[in-house]
Amino acid sequence: MAKYIKFLFVGIIFGIVLVKSEAVSWYRIYEMFKFESFHMYGIIGTAVITGIILLLLSKNFKNINGGLMTVPKKAKGLSRYIIGGIIFGLGWALSGACPGPMYILVGTGAFSVIIVILAAILGTFIYGVLKDKLPH
Amino acid sequence: MNLIFHFSFMQSILEPWPWYISGPLIAIIMFVLIYFGKTFGMSSNLRTICAIGGAGKKVKFFDFDWKQQRWNLTVVLGAVIGGFIAHSYLSTPTNINLNPDTVNTLSTLGFENAGKSLLPAELYSWDAVFSLKGLAILIIGGFLVGFGTRYAGGCTSGHAITGLSSLQLPSLIAVIGFFLGGLIMIHLVFPLIFG
Repeated sequence: MAKYIKFLFVGIIFGIVLVKSEAVSWYRIYEMFKFESFHMYGIIGTAVITGIILLLLSKNFKNINGGLMTVPKKAKGLSRYIIGGIIFGLGWALSGACPGPMYILVGTGAFSVIIVILAAILGTFIYGVLKDKLPH
Repeated sequence: MNLIFHFSFMQSILEPWPWYISGPLIAIIMFVLIYFGKTFGMSSNLRTICAIGGAGKKVKFFDFDWKQQRWNLTVVLGAVIGGFIAHSYLSTPTNINLNPDTVNTLSTLGFENAGKSLLPAELYSWDAVFSLKGLAILIIGGFLVGFGTRYAGGCTSGHAITGLSSLQLPSLIAVIGFFLGGLIMIHLVFPLIFG
């Protein structure tokens, strides 16, 4: 049980940051895709730049288990990333919620988001069923 | 002096946080998870939930030891609690400072009070949910998110933040896909649904 406390803590901070940054707002996603605000680009941009620096600086560091600080490598491919990416983007812009914010929004009391979560679970299941028939 | 500092610090916590604070904090969250020997990826939890529901008996993709993913479900639980804390205790009811042009365009599409809440009542209020169109929008939106993220092997956290931070080409392709999809939805499909 104790080993999960740290993950609970990380999740709590994640939830707070995403609410306070307004990244969980449907309106902010809409505005981003309209190119009418720098806000979301600023968040993603500074997150990526900070992330690149942190990962480069910690290249020779060890993680908590004594292993290397590694990020799993994504499989090579084109179709799955572009087609899957477009499908996700369509849903992201329509619902205004990606998989992190979905859960966080429930915490803010937006219980109708549970419908989006259930539909996302169904979408994931259908992908699993069709996986071998799709180009990857 | 100390008191004034304390007051203004609390005041800034209660205000919306600027992008140059939020972005680096998200990177630190990703970094801490990597330090813990894990990875930052929220959409994998949807696959885990399918596996917990027994989907692995019928579909091979869900036939894995989901207990290895309990740490990530714990992050999700924390995220829900974090959302509650931020919304209930760390926010003054501040309007989202949207571009006035965005507010105007939304108004022509039938969205009133844009930015007065996190989510538009036109999509997420119970009145909207219990209309055929409203329900269809939430279900289709959620379905596309679930299907697309798994097909692409990640979402905003896995590809846009983690993948780009580790300079992976597949993630760059996926993020370009995310934006193509989003632009198609907002610029081509929205006028058809809400026009």
